[in-house]
Amino acid sequence: MESTSNNIHRVAKQDPYQYHDYYNIDDLLSDEHKIIREAARDWVKREVSPIIEDCAQKCIFPKQIIKGLGEIGAFGPTIPVEYGGGGLDYISYGILMQELERCDSGIRSTASVQGSLVMFPIYEFGSEAQRKKYLPKLATGEMMGCFGLTEPNHGSNPAGMTSHIKDKGDYYLLNGAKMWISNAPFADIAVVWAKDEAGDIRGMVLERGMEGFSTPEMHGKWSLRASATGELIFQDVKVPKENVFPDIKGLKGPLSCLSSARFGIAWGVIGAALDCYDSALRYSQERIQFDKPIGAFQLTQKKLAEMITEITKAQLLAWRLGVLKNEKRATPAQISMAKRNNVEMAINIAREARQIHGGMGITGEYPIMRHMMNLESVITYEGTHDIHLLITGMDVTGFNAFK
Amino acid sequence: MKILVCLSKVPDTTTKISFTDNNTKFNAQGVTWILNPTDEWYALVRALEIVEQQGGSVTVIHVGNAEGDQLIRKALAIGANDAVRIDVEPQDAFQAAANIAQYAAQQSYDLIMTGKETINYNGAIVGGIIAEILELPYVSLASSLDVNGSTATMKCEIEGGEETVEASLPLVVSANKGMAEQRIPNMRGIMTARTKPLSVIPAFANTQTQVEVVKFEAPPTRGNVHLVDPDNMDELVRLLHDEAKVI
Ligand SMILES: Cc1cc2nc3c(=O)[nH]c(=O)nc-3n(C[C@H](O)[C@H](O)[C@H](O)COP(=O)(O)OP(=O)(O)OC[C@H]3O[C@@H](n4cnc5c(N)ncnc54)[C@H](O)[C@@H]3O)c2cc1C
Repeated sequence: MESTSNNIHRVAKQDPYQYHDYYNIDDLLSDEHKIIREAARDWVKREVSPIIEDCAQKCIFPKQIIKGLGEIGAFGPTIPVEYGGGGLDYISYGILMQELERCDSGIRSTASVQGSLVMFPIYEFGSEAQRKKYLPKLATGEMMGCFGLTEPNHGSNPAGMTSHIKDKGDYYLLNGAKMWISNAPFADIAVVWAKDEAGDIRGMVLERGMEGFSTPEMHGKWSLRASATGELIFQDVKVPKENVFPDIKGLKGPLSCLSSARFGIAWGVIGAALDCYDSALRYSQERIQFDKPIGAFQLTQKKLAEMITEITKAQLLAWRLGVLKNEKRATPAQISMAKRNNVEMAINIAREARQIHGGMGITGEYPIMRHMMNLESVITYEGTHDIHLLITGMDVTGFNAFK
Repeated sequence: MKILVCLSKVPDTTTKISFTDNNTKFNAQGVTWILNPTDEWYALVRALEIVEQQGGSVTVIHVGNAEGDQLIRKALAIGANDAVRIDVEPQDAFQAAANIAQYAAQQSYDLIMTGKETINYNGAIVGGIIAEILELPYVSLASSLDVNGSTATMKCEIEGGEETVEASLPLVVSANKGMAEQRIPNMRGIMTARTKPLSVIPAFANTQTQVEVVKFEAPPTRGNVHLVDPDNMDELVRLLHDEAKVI
């Protein structure tokens, strides 16, 4: 073991992961998609795989990978090139999220937040000055952002938020608090949603250092340990008027960001599932019990066969959703269905893979337990599993069962 | 400085190898191709480094069918300036080398670089054949390469030590481990690769393969391992004598 910065250990062991494409879905991708995927995978294996286990064990977000994440295009790949983005399609975005989450959902979360929850709203709702000021730096990772929607008392029901702004003529005065905010502890800026005096939800960009704005870290997570999570606390923060998004009002602002991030999750979690499957398949061929590889027993084969079947279905769902998204036809309800289905698929596969690894499955020698714990966050954030079910329910019946 | 880098496509290292046509053809069905690692990691990257320091351009050349285009795009994403594909699937090293040499003869490259060997056939002779056809000096298995004016200095590993050689340009060099470090293409590179020229040209005359594959055979499957207790030397001797028949 050699040490890297901030006490993170780098292991010499090579990441043995291999991709699995049972239905030749690669035929549906362009050459460029495959180059992007291979570059991201090579980079992850070289820079992230050797440190991820130690980061998760020690609960550290590895800041040294930020620059590399920017270089592989993980930050805002769909944002136009003139603002520093990649100008790529949504399938490229999905592929990048999948390669990151193949290694760790926490690293994917950091990229999801930066791209979909910070760069996307600044690009979509920001003034030209806001776009020019923030987007190029966010794309390289020179500046990191976070997204504050959830509050201590308002999670699934963000419309009930109590953070609010008051118009003071030259500026807005912001008060309130946000909780569970990924990247908050180290972010340079925060995209924050708060109600104005008319009760409309407005979005704004806060910068670290503004008086009255603090970002304490939340500790004690058993999940997404390699991603930093914190609170955002606003005590009489003077927000310059030019920092508020000019036109967007209401819940559709934050919800459109979530649609973009959820799309990335629907692709991303397939990565976690593939990593678990790949590890379980290899283990089942190497581990001998009762004089046979455990993969030769029917019960193990049932697990592996079901895993690759579910992965293949999820890959097709994600690919189709990517095409719809590229054609600007993907509805929020379709995205909800894919997020919900694919996260559940991944969490089930992590649990089955854990059993195939026997006792080794609970150790940091294998990525399984880390994926499994990470996915417990992924199934809750960006709309809980049940909330997405209600979205599909409402979409097909026409009845709102939320209230 | 004009550098030509030869790129070969090889099956991904995890490919399950099988043969068709009565074991005379490699079964390419469902194979994922990758750039030959020593071509990509050492020859291409060192060529780019030299051009970055001294100016010039790097052209990559591949002899093969259109399946190679994706790999060529990757090389362009890593930084090569332009690319040529000679549109014939080579059956042996001569066919690849003769085509590359004829193309290079029409241009004027200061350096022609290949990887040490391909990881599928391990022939390690393409560079030598190119050099021979073009009547250029050839240095094989160089683990470092520096160019100063019209002189190239290379280090090559030899048994128990290292050899330093000099040669004048133009020159053909095959690159070994140590010459450079793998570069992963970044997003900017991938995007600029879209607009870089890739010209596809037909095979040259008199470049046909001169050998015929009679048969491919997979290596014998590994037999069972017999573990002998370290204290039981007699049993080990008996097994080596009676069963393995090696003593
Ligand atoms: C690690 C992590 C990182 C996060 N990062 C961010 C971030 O960067 N930015 C951000 O804004 N938020 C973030 N979140 C917050 C996340 O989005 C919320 O946790 C999520 O929306 C759920 O809210 P809650 O935790 O308050 O749960 P609640 O809303 O209290 O839900 C509790 C349970 O009640 C169920 N429930 C709620 N309402 C209904 C209903 N109408 N019908 C049926 N069941 C219902 C839910 O499905 C759930 O099972 C993060 C969360 C985690 C865990």
